[in-house]
Amino acid sequence: MMLQVQGLRAGYGRIPILAGASFSVAQGEFVGILGHNGMGKTTLLKALMGYLPATAGSVTLEGRDITRLSPTARARLGLGYVPQGRQIFGALTVRENLRMGCLLSKRPEAETIEAVLALFPRLHRLLDRAGGALSGGEQQLLALARCLCGDPRLVLLDEPTEGIQPSINEEIVETLLALRRSRDITILLVEQKLDFIAALAQRILIIQKGAITRETTPEAVQDPALIAEFVGMAA
Amino acid sequence: MTPLIQAQAATMRFGGVTAVNHVDFTLGEMELRCLIGPNGAGKSTFFKMLTGQLVPSSGAVLFRGRDITGAAPHEIARLGIGIKTQVPNVFNGLTVRENIAIAAARGKSVQQARRITEETLTRARLTGIAQRVVGQLAHGQRQWVEIATVLAQEPELVLLDEPAAGMTHEEVLRTAELIREINRSQALIVVEHDMQFIRMIARRVTVFNQGSILVEDDVEAVLANQAVRDVYLGKQAA
Amino acid sequence: MSLSSGTASFLAMLAIGLALLVGAPMVFDLFALLQVTVFVAMAVLALSQGFIWGYGGIMSFGQSAFFGLGGYTYAVVAMNAGDSTGAVLLAILLPTLFAALLGYFMFYGRISDAYVGVITLTVTIILFSVFNSTAGDAYTIGNAPLGGFNGMPAVPPLNIPGRPDLPLEPEQLWYASMGCLVLVYGLLRGILASRFGRVVVAIRENETRAQLLGYDTRLYKLLVFAIGGGIAGAAGCLFTNWGGFISPTVFSLATSAQVLIYVLVGGLGTLLGPILGAIAIQYLISLLGAQQVINANLVLGVILAAFVLLVPQGVVPVLRDALARLRPPSHPRAKPGNGLPDAAGVEAKP
Repeated sequence: MMLQVQGLRAGYGRIPILAGASFSVAQGEFVGILGHNGMGKTTLLKALMGYLPATAGSVTLEGRDITRLSPTARARLGLGYVPQGRQIFGALTVRENLRMGCLLSKRPEAETIEAVLALFPRLHRLLDRAGGALSGGEQQLLALARCLCGDPRLVLLDEPTEGIQPSINEEIVETLLALRRSRDITILLVEQKLDFIAALAQRILIIQKGAITRETTPEAVQDPALIAEFVGMAA
Repeated sequence: MTPLIQAQAATMRFGGVTAVNHVDFTLGEMELRCLIGPNGAGKSTFFKMLTGQLVPSSGAVLFRGRDITGAAPHEIARLGIGIKTQVPNVFNGLTVRENIAIAAARGKSVQQARRITEETLTRARLTGIAQRVVGQLAHGQRQWVEIATVLAQEPELVLLDEPAAGMTHEEVLRTAELIREINRSQALIVVEHDMQFIRMIARRVTVFNQGSILVEDDVEAVLANQAVRDVYLGKQAA
Repeated sequence: MSLSSGTASFLAMLAIGLALLVGAPMVFDLFALLQVTVFVAMAVLALSQGFIWGYGGIMSFGQSAFFGLGGYTYAVVAMNAGDSTGAVLLAILLPTLFAALLGYFMFYGRISDAYVGVITLTVTIILFSVFNSTAGDAYTIGNAPLGGFNGMPAVPPLNIPGRPDLPLEPEQLWYASMGCLVLVYGLLRGILASRFGRVVVAIRENETRAQLLGYDTRLYKLLVFAIGGGIAGAAGCLFTNWGGFISPTVFSLATSAQVLIYVLVGGLGTLLGPILGAIAIQYLISLLGAQQVINANLVLGVILAAFVLLVPQGVVPVLRDALARLRPPSHPRAKPGNGLPDAAGVEAKP
């Protein structure tokens, strides 16, 4: 099993957001997480990455308990994270951003970047541009590419389509589908756009009030009635 | 009739880069306009020029015929322009209710402000989380808080920069409904990348590309436009 | 925090303050009373810093500039006028106006927040060197020689208003100083509870949003800065009275740094914190001053480092959170189904 989460609890200060989330992700799987705002999607990814301490429960990555490890230690074990907001190094060029991402790769830097760029034709043309001068969509592609440069085993993606123009979203879907075909990477994806999550995820977990309450298929989320039932009404 | 807001050859240069280039734009009273275009086409910069966050390098901005080029953001806000910015600008350390109360309070009596605050909380369906500290809310909820502060300000022109970003499908539907409701009494300009959302609300659409207006037309014509497909929509059938 | 619990805590604080005001002279001997009098003057200075920094979000390294100006103004006017009443008023008014002028250039000049720190620090350094170089007869204002780095000795003490022949006894100076602290605390609580105060805090949270809602944030920051300057001036006036002496060291970097340490130790974003921080640190300095083994500044440095690392929020917020945990949540629970499992009992500020 790539990732196993048992009864995970975490939150901000006195407010518990995750209230005992349990699920697992197999090697090579693409799993989507769907739920209302405030149900704990982003918090879950932050807790998995170690940015929020777990107050209870456990997280196991490829059989190894990582519940108490720092974000850096988790990254070294192969956990990649593309947060909302992208966090591009604005003053560095695209190439430099990618090189920053290569620290954890065991291959030669040039080879790693070459391999990743093969998936991102658009970035090829922008290598010498400053990260800060890219458009939002291009930055999102760069954030994903930079993460892949570290040869992660499991990538946590937080709403990669938010605020991105339609044509670049298509590119992101194509890139991720190519990754899925390659089968040597596992992805846990938080996403609000139903068509996007349906196109990418093999399995979809529903999160409600900080716990994984149901599991469904990509086909099911195309049905508005089912979605209303699964995700639950906000108000 | 005098337009509600008008940009005349509005231009914004940053060093050598021209982010907005000689844009002529007119919006009538009570109109609802959607603004689409690639990331980096200058939409958010254009919004900042309308709200005084950026002073145009050249050109002019007129609000009901009155030149507001170079006016400070708070002066423009007082004239009746409210904006939800792309990156949420909210008071993170304050509660939802406090955020909205601050917006409602300016220029109003205590009773008026209190009434507007409670009405807005209900209207944006935030009553249940009114006591929560905004910084601890999920991203989509903070979007709602920001939209609510803009409404509590009671502006005559509402600018919404990516209001549906980070919202669930159901919330997107609710936002569309809210926008139509706002449009019964106020004019709006909405920037959004979610084409399903645009189709729900749009009548007339302006397309930005590389700092200029590429097309301005009715929604069906714009979505069928080949140039728009090339630079923005991609292959997906619009 | 609901209004009623806010009012209750305010009344409790006021009662404690008044009890100390009346009780201290009964408990302390004269020497100890003089000591706590200067602690209280420094607590007023700490309040000015805590207000503009913790609530206004203005990072000023220069509260000692207004403190020193208040002190010098009092000294010069009191020496000339005989009666101290006008001196006190001017010791508050002049620093207020100076802060307003400085604030005008900083906030209306659209200077970024980081530079506000640099500018206030620079102003303090300039005042230090200006007052240091005022030795000699050329720098005498009326009857008051500024005295260069030696400062001004024999500053007349406060007197009963209108009666220069009736100077305040040490015990009465205590009443005046502690009364001033209680008054300033009450004033700031009042300001923060008002609509003006809410907007000030909102600007600290997000200035852009406040502007976009139509608030002239420059004016609000200017007013906050000027009020802070006036309070620091009052503190300087009390300080000069306490020792009957003022010298340019009031403008030194050490004074500015000390004020920041009071606020950091006591707790940023509270009013009680700076007061307690000032008194605790001053008490510690007076203890250290009595021995020769360890350098007092070294100890201050270690305390600052320890607090920044271990209790970055400061003492008062930590205690407040601990108390809140002991109490059952006071807010009604959020209705289920529309948010999170537990939205109750969130006290302001992250």
